[in-house]
Amino acid sequence: MEFLNQTAQYVISGLATGAIYALIGLSFAIIFNSTGIINFAQGEFVMLGGVLTIFSITTLQLPILAAVVVAVAVTTLVGVVFERLAIRPLKDATPLALIIITIGASILIRGLVMLLWGKDTQALPAFSGNDPINFAGATLLPQHLWIFGVTLLVIVGSRLFFHHTISGKAMRACSFNRRAANLVGISVGRMVLLSFVISSALGSLAGVIIAPLTMTSYDVGVMLGLKGFCAAIMGGMGSGFGTVLGGLILGILESLGAGLISSGYKDAIAFFILLLILFIRPQGLFKKGETDRV
Amino acid sequence: MKKLITTALVSISLCCLSCAALAAAPIKIGALFAVTGPASFLGEPERNSAQMVVDEINKAGGVKGRKLELITYDTGGDATKAVQLANKLIKNDHVVAIIGPSTTGDTMAVIPVVERAQIPLISCSAGIKITEPVKKNVFKTAQNDTLAVARIYQQLKKEKKSRVAILTVSDSFGSSGREQLKSQAAKYGMQIVSDDTYGPKDTDMTAQLTKIRGSQAQAVICWGTNPGPAVVARNAKQLGLTLPLYMSHGVSSKKFIDLAGEAAEGVRLPSGKVLVADLLPKSDKQKAALLSYVKDYQRHFKAEGDHFGGHAWDAVMMLKGAIERGGDTPAGIRNALEATRGFAGIGGVFNYSPKDHAGLTQDAFVLVEVRNKDWTLVK
Repeated sequence: MEFLNQTAQYVISGLATGAIYALIGLSFAIIFNSTGIINFAQGEFVMLGGVLTIFSITTLQLPILAAVVVAVAVTTLVGVVFERLAIRPLKDATPLALIIITIGASILIRGLVMLLWGKDTQALPAFSGNDPINFAGATLLPQHLWIFGVTLLVIVGSRLFFHHTISGKAMRACSFNRRAANLVGISVGRMVLLSFVISSALGSLAGVIIAPLTMTSYDVGVMLGLKGFCAAIMGGMGSGFGTVLGGLILGILESLGAGLISSGYKDAIAFFILLLILFIRPQGLFKKGETDRV
Repeated sequence: MKKLITTALVSISLCCLSCAALAAAPIKIGALFAVTGPASFLGEPERNSAQMVVDEINKAGGVKGRKLELITYDTGGDATKAVQLANKLIKNDHVVAIIGPSTTGDTMAVIPVVERAQIPLISCSAGIKITEPVKKNVFKTAQNDTLAVARIYQQLKKEKKSRVAILTVSDSFGSSGREQLKSQAAKYGMQIVSDDTYGPKDTDMTAQLTKIRGSQAQAVICWGTNPGPAVVARNAKQLGLTLPLYMSHGVSSKKFIDLAGEAAEGVRLPSGKVLVADLLPKSDKQKAALLSYVKDYQRHFKAEGDHFGGHAWDAVMMLKGAIERGGDTPAGIRNALEATRGFAGIGGVFNYSPKDHAGLTQDAFVLVEVRNKDWTLVK
């Protein structure tokens, strides 16, 4: 019984962390799908979400809801500025060069936040209290429910957007073939901008809802970004269900690994699985292999 | 003739200038702190405190009529950089002594440099390796991990608890603590029933704590620096873990209470006395120094002085004493430092000797508990 309870707790904890990875993974996938680049500044968007919310609450004295809106709006603005100044001017840059640029941007954003708000870790109060909820012999916090809820909303929302709206379909078209998309009259530039808007908003939203649990500081985005990236890779960089499953699996593996095998190897286990997937199924766990037509 | 007079005048005035310069030449002290980077929570208060004390000493007329000049460099917590900067301090700036570095890693890297150049070093980091075995020119002001571990085990023994679970962070601070927790367990009759670690950037420790909940442990000891231990405290509350939770002196600042919130209630940790300066009995030798440090720091930086900054305060003050007694040569300072006895500073009452360059005993730590978002002394 004790073992069962323990395992239930490992799985629940894993799901909770996994949902965070999934959210961040999704925002990686959105930019990748419309531009073909991996935005390594994604973790910084997550960090900005948390840091700006705390700033709005403590310094601007805003109520929490307004603070969240301000944080997401400002982060989105940062995403837009980043796209306009660093991505768009380089018209014919290779994806590799663009990826390096995103790494540069991530260091820049981190540095600016450190100078503006200092190096201290800060905590955001939980949205609906800190009383643990018992569930199947395990406990979780109200904040976890927020995370699950938002993740679910985002999955449904992105599904609807990418498959049932003109803009969403246009973005997917860009990811399949930019040139062809351009030829049928889709403005690729605008789609790239839109993808940055969506993914920075999503990243900062993730940052806001996890800040009460994980706390936040200028450098919190590095590890979260990396884990979100793993989730996206496991899901084959698709913008849907695969990435979410990838995130959840990663979270559960970490948690089970830490609990049942050894906490010292927690990250090692997760990254080992990632390597394994890259070797055996480089197209991701849930994606059919692509065939190139000639 | 005219030319001759000019030359004479110029040379006389030059001579006077240099004489004046010689008389007032400040005594140069070097400082290496990790002001940026992962160890900035150590380096920043240390730099602030050191500069504050030096300014105050100068305002009060300096040491034997000569001003002190503090030359501070930022190591960024990088051992390679620390070595380069130590060389720079010695060769370019010609300092007579060095304060810092902030981390054990940086200090160990700098030790060969100062030993070769015979420049006394007062480290502000805690690692026991720094002064054991004793190196001729190396002293330190931060309390050994050994003493903090002993303080916790002593309390557990008093409460007749013998089975502990340890949860340590996987960086140099945590692994040093883990080593000490394991090596001293037998001495105090402790049995470690669960030995877990977490990563410095981890955001969820429920898995480790669930495992501990399933073990036979009577107390949990967590060894890390912010924010990890705050997450541990929160997770323990989430899981409804009722075991007493002990932390290390690595989180002994108000920041920990801010971060952990309600979950901090009841958490115990060994700490330097600076946290509870006003609660100490009047008979405590350190009380005067502690109160004045807390007040000065508050006035200069609008922040609470913590015991990390205290390490730098102690280092500057002992250096000042050594210069007064031993003169301004590196060798004289070294010998006078080694003869420092009964110096009541922030970290404790220091008694250096040829066999002991750490100088503190277990009394340097008090055990504090968080109650109503503040520290209280555990009797």
